[in-house]
Amino acid sequence: MMYLKAFLVGGLICMLAQLILDNTKFSPGHVLSGFTVAGGILGGLGFYDRLIDFAGAGASVPISSFGNALVKGALQEANTRGLVGVLTGMFEMTSTGIAAAIVFAFLTAVVFQPKS
Amino acid sequence: MPEVSNVAKVVTGTSQKSQQAAYQQVVKKAEPQPPKLRNAISAFFVGGLVCVIGEGLTDFWEWAMGISHKKAADPTVATLIFASALLTGLGVYDKLARFAGAGLSVPVTGFANAMTAAALEFKREGLVFGIGGRMFQLAGAVIVFGVVTAFFVGIIASLAQMIQ
Amino acid sequence: MAEKRLGYQTVRLASPPYIVGAAAVAGPMEAQGPLGHEFDQTYPDLLAGQQSFEKAERLMMQDACQLALKKAGVTGSPPEVDYFLAGDLLNQLITSTFSALPLAVPFLGLYGACSTFAESVGLGAMLIDGGYADRVLCATSSHNAASERQYRYPTEYGNQRKPYSQWTVTGAGAVVLAAAGSGPRITHVTVGKVADLGIKDPYNQGAAMAPAAVDTIDVHLKDTGRSVDYYDLIVTGDLARFGSQMAINLAADRNLYLGDRYQDCGVLIYDSEKQDVHSGGSGCACSAIVTCGHLLKEMSRGKIKRLLVVATGALLSPTSFQQGENIPAVAHAIAIEG
Repeated sequence: MMYLKAFLVGGLICMLAQLILDNTKFSPGHVLSGFTVAGGILGGLGFYDRLIDFAGAGASVPISSFGNALVKGALQEANTRGLVGVLTGMFEMTSTGIAAAIVFAFLTAVVFQPKS
Repeated sequence: MPEVSNVAKVVTGTSQKSQQAAYQQVVKKAEPQPPKLRNAISAFFVGGLVCVIGEGLTDFWEWAMGISHKKAADPTVATLIFASALLTGLGVYDKLARFAGAGLSVPVTGFANAMTAAALEFKREGLVFGIGGRMFQLAGAVIVFGVVTAFFVGIIASLAQMIQ
Repeated sequence: MAEKRLGYQTVRLASPPYIVGAAAVAGPMEAQGPLGHEFDQTYPDLLAGQQSFEKAERLMMQDACQLALKKAGVTGSPPEVDYFLAGDLLNQLITSTFSALPLAVPFLGLYGACSTFAESVGLGAMLIDGGYADRVLCATSSHNAASERQYRYPTEYGNQRKPYSQWTVTGAGAVVLAAAGSGPRITHVTVGKVADLGIKDPYNQGAAMAPAAVDTIDVHLKDTGRSVDYYDLIVTGDLARFGSQMAINLAADRNLYLGDRYQDCGVLIYDSEKQDVHSGGSGCACSAIVTCGHLLKEMSRGKIKRLLVVATGALLSPTSFQQGENIPAVAHAIAIEG
């Protein structure tokens, strides 16, 4: 059941982005940044976690989840350490993704050649 | 070559601004459109499929590492990033993305591809100037906007909690 | 008025220089296109055995120059030419400058984006007719991967291209012009003005360049008193399918009917059915290799006697686009008569 929900929610989020790309002058960079910001705002309001509980990977795999994770990290640390926690805790939950992206991008670049 | 009918005439002798406006109208009407329905459907299916794979990976890591479903999201993301980087290096990713569009660029796969493609392209400029210096060229905006948003949302939400 | 000037923007060459040698080299996609068999040399992939795309483009320009010089019977090292006029799309013209180095010939670098072929041949012809040179070597090149990584996205990036976008041609064209000899002659040069009709989308270069092309063709015909029918063929450099549609319409608005004698190199160079090139070809090499590889050969076969080549260039940079500017364009015309 979770698989079906993941498929539907993930598919819908991607389809929304595709419609924006094809019908407006926004570039992929604009759309992805916008989705990240949206994920952060929805995360701050508490909605994004509910979406993840409902649809699993359908909500945690799209880039909007990155915005949510940054906010969650910030809020969790702020709860224990006060306002400065917003800065110290921000990358808590996203460090895996960022570290993995940097490392794998680096290794791929070293090993492979760009073709076309 | 096929003719374009129903076009506005660009009248000479009128002001530059109105000529521009008229021409922009002509171009906009005549511009070949992307296959919007096909693109939307492809994005839906591929995006959904990537998320299903993500869900499957989460179940796998939950079992393999003996951690909670929520915690298994981390190795899942790392796995997807690895796969995207590899496919980018093999020269396969861009061919898939031509068809899939947002179905591949919105999930974390798109983020990984943006970083890998940039690092790979500029490797000719060396480790420091090329791979190191240019890796974030495309994906940097997402990180910047994510962090800035989290900063403000974090402050506002924390203050709101304090006031309560 | 200066004695060789004609009308507003045209120059009539008193002793039209001869094209005594021409060569075109091309990459794999162009080799697989409808004109593939016309090119003097093709390469199996975009790296052409070199370490980078930029070095590959350099090799192509150098090969085109050597082949053109050989066909012109020009020997010696350095070759006996008075000037080397060359341009390309890369920042600071590194293809041209680094190709000029081993040639050891006085070098003038040119930037006209994709209009550079007509710009270089036109200027070369004027240098000869003006009595400043006996022989001039003109070359232009472009490379798909090298220009994409500079102007747009890394080659392995997964983005979807718009249906009106164009494919930068990989290749180089070179021409040897001489005051004496035999071959088709450059009779007139019309230097274009920069035109801007408000297009901002860098993927829609064809539409951005069409106004400049039409303006130059119109001025050329008025200055020379010729009609469209005077020429066996009028080609634009790289408006491609969508841009050439726009050009036909803009021309019609000026009561200029382009009709059957009008073609576009960006349309001719690829097979739009079989090759995934969307609207068609673009890049400096587009007009250069179609002219040097195919059209000049058609002239030597007697199929074309009067040719007008109107190379078009979109004068944007990534910076100007990101700052929200329009895309201005320019088009230069050279009349080649056999």
